[in-house]
Amino acid sequence: MNEILTLTAAAIAAKVKAREISAREVTEAFLARIEAVDNDIQAFVTVTPEASLKAADAVDAKIAAGEDAGSLAGAPVALKDNLCTRGIETTCSSKILRGFVPPYNATVVEKLASAGAIALGKVNLDEFAMGSSTENSGLFPTRNPWDLTKVPGGSSGGSAAAVASLEASVALGSDTGGSIRQPAAFCGLVGLKPTYGRVSRYGLVAFASSLDQIGPLTRTAEDAALVLNVIAGQDSRDSTSVPRPVPDYTKALTGDIRGLKIGVPIEYFAEGISTEVRAFVTTAIGILRGLGAEIIEVSLPYTDYALAAYYIVAPAEASSNLARYDGVRFGARVTSAKDHIELFENTRDEGFGAEVKQRILTGTYALSAGYYDAYYAKAQKVRTLIRRDFDAAFEKVDAIISPTTPTPAFGLGEKSDDPLAMKLSDICTIPANMAGIPALSLCCGFLDGLPVGMQLQGPAFSEETLLNIAHTYQLETDWHTRRPTL
Amino acid sequence: MEYEVSVGMECHAELLTNSKMFCGCENAFGGDANTRTCPVCLGLPGSLPVFNKAAVEHVIRTALALNCEISMHTIFHRKNYFYPDLPKGYQISQYGQTPIGINGYLEIETPEGAIKKIHITRVHLEEDTGKSIHIDGLGYSVMDYNRSGVPLMEIVTEFPPDVQSGEEAAQYAENLRSVLLYLGVSDGRMEQGSLRVEPNPSVRPEGSEKYGVKTELKNLNSFRAVRLGVEYEAARHVEVLESGGVIVQGTYGWNDEKGETFLQRPKEFEQEYRYFPEPDLIPIDFDEDYIERLRVTIPELPLAKKRRLMEQYGLPSSDAALLAQDQASAAYFEKAAKSAGDPRAVANWMSGDLTRLANAANTPVYATPITAENLRELVTLIEKGTITGKIAKSLIEDMFTTGKTASALVAEKGLKVTGADEALSIVQKVIAANPDVVAKIKAGNEKSAGFLVGQIMKEAKGQARPDDVNRLLKEELDKL
Amino acid sequence: MALTPDDVRKVGSLARLALSDNEIARLTPQLNDLLAQFARLQELNTDDVPPTSHAVPVKALLREDVTAPSLPREEVLRLSPHVDEYIGGFIVPQVIGE
Repeated sequence: MNEILTLTAAAIAAKVKAREISAREVTEAFLARIEAVDNDIQAFVTVTPEASLKAADAVDAKIAAGEDAGSLAGAPVALKDNLCTRGIETTCSSKILRGFVPPYNATVVEKLASAGAIALGKVNLDEFAMGSSTENSGLFPTRNPWDLTKVPGGSSGGSAAAVASLEASVALGSDTGGSIRQPAAFCGLVGLKPTYGRVSRYGLVAFASSLDQIGPLTRTAEDAALVLNVIAGQDSRDSTSVPRPVPDYTKALTGDIRGLKIGVPIEYFAEGISTEVRAFVTTAIGILRGLGAEIIEVSLPYTDYALAAYYIVAPAEASSNLARYDGVRFGARVTSAKDHIELFENTRDEGFGAEVKQRILTGTYALSAGYYDAYYAKAQKVRTLIRRDFDAAFEKVDAIISPTTPTPAFGLGEKSDDPLAMKLSDICTIPANMAGIPALSLCCGFLDGLPVGMQLQGPAFSEETLLNIAHTYQLETDWHTRRPTL
Repeated sequence: MEYEVSVGMECHAELLTNSKMFCGCENAFGGDANTRTCPVCLGLPGSLPVFNKAAVEHVIRTALALNCEISMHTIFHRKNYFYPDLPKGYQISQYGQTPIGINGYLEIETPEGAIKKIHITRVHLEEDTGKSIHIDGLGYSVMDYNRSGVPLMEIVTEFPPDVQSGEEAAQYAENLRSVLLYLGVSDGRMEQGSLRVEPNPSVRPEGSEKYGVKTELKNLNSFRAVRLGVEYEAARHVEVLESGGVIVQGTYGWNDEKGETFLQRPKEFEQEYRYFPEPDLIPIDFDEDYIERLRVTIPELPLAKKRRLMEQYGLPSSDAALLAQDQASAAYFEKAAKSAGDPRAVANWMSGDLTRLANAANTPVYATPITAENLRELVTLIEKGTITGKIAKSLIEDMFTTGKTASALVAEKGLKVTGADEALSIVQKVIAANPDVVAKIKAGNEKSAGFLVGQIMKEAKGQARPDDVNRLLKEELDKL
Repeated sequence: MALTPDDVRKVGSLARLALSDNEIARLTPQLNDLLAQFARLQELNTDDVPPTSHAVPVKALLREDVTAPSLPREEVLRLSPHVDEYIGGFIVPQVIGE
């Protein structure tokens, strides 16, 4: 295996800038890796070798000219296929978006490009990011690099699988209820969902607008910090992005967490979580204590209600966000229809998969007259209770630690007939989206060859703290240096 | 049985801004299809809306002008429904208790000259839809999204409605339009659809507590259509009820040629718009200072101006109303009338010859080569007796074409008024030259005096004052 | 208060989804399972709790009223194969009643 593939994005950028290797060499190595392993992994929906090499040459030319090639110079990145890319088909892994070639880039895509990152292509997801296994992709399922019979998690399953299988140095995903953190946990990666508003959503195909947030999936906390440096910041095209200066997140990686107060919420260690996973996280807590962190028990009593509230809010917003897929202006459409109602109904029936339809129906029902107060309005109030839970906890602690998922990766097909069981795998990750706070998952061990993830949550805009805890843990442990055999 | 008419009024005005409500596309009318669109107003996946500040301020100023309270925390909602002209599958609008303006009123004048308050329940901001293009024989429709996302203001009157007739509906619409023009927030073009007036008439037996079933009127392209449409529809309601029928709820169009309404779309069931707060936009919080800064930009409004013009210049109601229709005309008038002796004469010139000339040249009265100062001078010259009205009438044509002042033209052409002495000698000369006509007059044929007046004016080259001529002729004839 | 297949069909029509009988049969119990989950929320007294629409407080963003270039029409029309090139718009079945 080419040594380049094992380099972190930080290392690649350093070497490219030092002219030890060229961006073209790096890009060629990763394109060859995709060629070699993606038949098994099936992470990529679209690979763009020509555009990637062109971008790599541009980086090399900049360096040759003595210009600043950017903090991610030459680092190959995989983009979740719900991020709009100018001139490159963007499918959301849905049949309904077949043929959709956006005439614009997502803000994060532009930012990565100007930082010298090399986009390799678009990676698979559960259709419209709705799901926890990438089995709901309308195109094909993606496999977990650690065990090809297991799911990579979802919905950013393609992003996680691509990075874990060394097909990309880093990836971008989106997280609405755990869609970055859960696949990061299943694939042994660092996955960061930033504070809501920290990263522009412009060009991210919306699932649930008030919950969606773009973030990195990386092998190290340092890479996550590096990518966040690039993608964070207010965007004049996203009203919900926050006008707050972006710190240099890599500067927060001090490797020192002495005196930091880390909370352990009893609700996240309850019966729904497998005993093995609990044991791994408990061990990790011991390590953090050993590194000087103060461990304090906290309680988040409304955690139990987050799942139900989430499965109202997210589908409600989704039902509205997905109304634009009517076949009129872009994407697929049925060819014969006697009127526009038939055109809409048949296009949408043929274009959307089962899970998406189910969520659209749920959301439509939750918003309809007579049910709005009982469902949507109620769920928005419960969101307030969940926020207050966190507010109270963060009075006492700087961060909260828990498992990311109840179990490690499950088998392909294992839960696809049981939507409720599937949804339960998001039980630890959903509250952070409901409260808008940042949360990060990182690997804390392997169970039967499968990675186990732990989650760090902090108050709004505490990404520096979370990244430093993760970084300090990674300095002490070597889980993140393990590679799947492919 | 006698019936009472009640008319709820819903008005939509496209706002005059450079760019659209949520994106930078130009806000304009006409042009080739789909030349003013972008990912945002096409509703492409991943696009997001950002408020246009000017549109928000236009609505605040309108709400203030309509005596509304301002919601200091105003929330935007999604109104969900499917239609080919609605690219996102929802319209960003304002629902519920916190539109930008609430609980205001607009005053109208009844035919008797009394003031009537028409209460307004909400003034809110939303976005316009695209348009479908139909060409006969094509067999399909074509969607054009140039209008999609144009800022649209909705103004809704309170229930129960204050408007009680077609005449009042038209008055309300006309007055509202003037207010919007005064504020500069809309161009108020009903024929282009930038101002859409949609009355909801209903009737009920006089004295009845319960309001009748209402119908919605659309496609009214003029104030006249508003009045006739409401009158027609109310009469139709009465007829239906009298014959034991029921009113079919729905949207009715107006056929201007036939002068009748027709059912466009019956209301099938209660619409399910599934409103919820727009998660892509943050509610806007205003502070008092900001609102006050906007409040001071609101000019004197049309009805107040009209009443002041009547009081201050002694103008009749009709002239004052005409002048108050737009600010520029009123300003022109006030400038011209400032030191002229008779403001009514200024108003007459404006509504008479000047309007005729302006219309022919297709410009507004205030924008012709005849400045307000020039008009004032012309009127002053007549008042001082320097020129006659007749001369003034020909002078104004020259002033219009040359842009010169009246006094300059008088000097240039050597025009002046024939003095009374000179006029007397002309009178005597004409009497002497026409003994037969004089004889007829003396025999009781008074009409023949007209011939002598004509001869005298001709002799005086039109520069004699008609008053002088009539008086002198009578005196001289009496002497005979 | 469980949803019947007919209720689901009605919601489907509201969401402009033509659902087959098979789909209705599959979706009805799924939706009812979810609604049963949602019922749990009614245990909570939220009378004095304000709703959260945006979890992170931020001031509304208002842009200055300046124009920006629109997309070239060719790019707009390239989004769909169903366009009338002559008129320059997207084709839909005849819209009636307008």
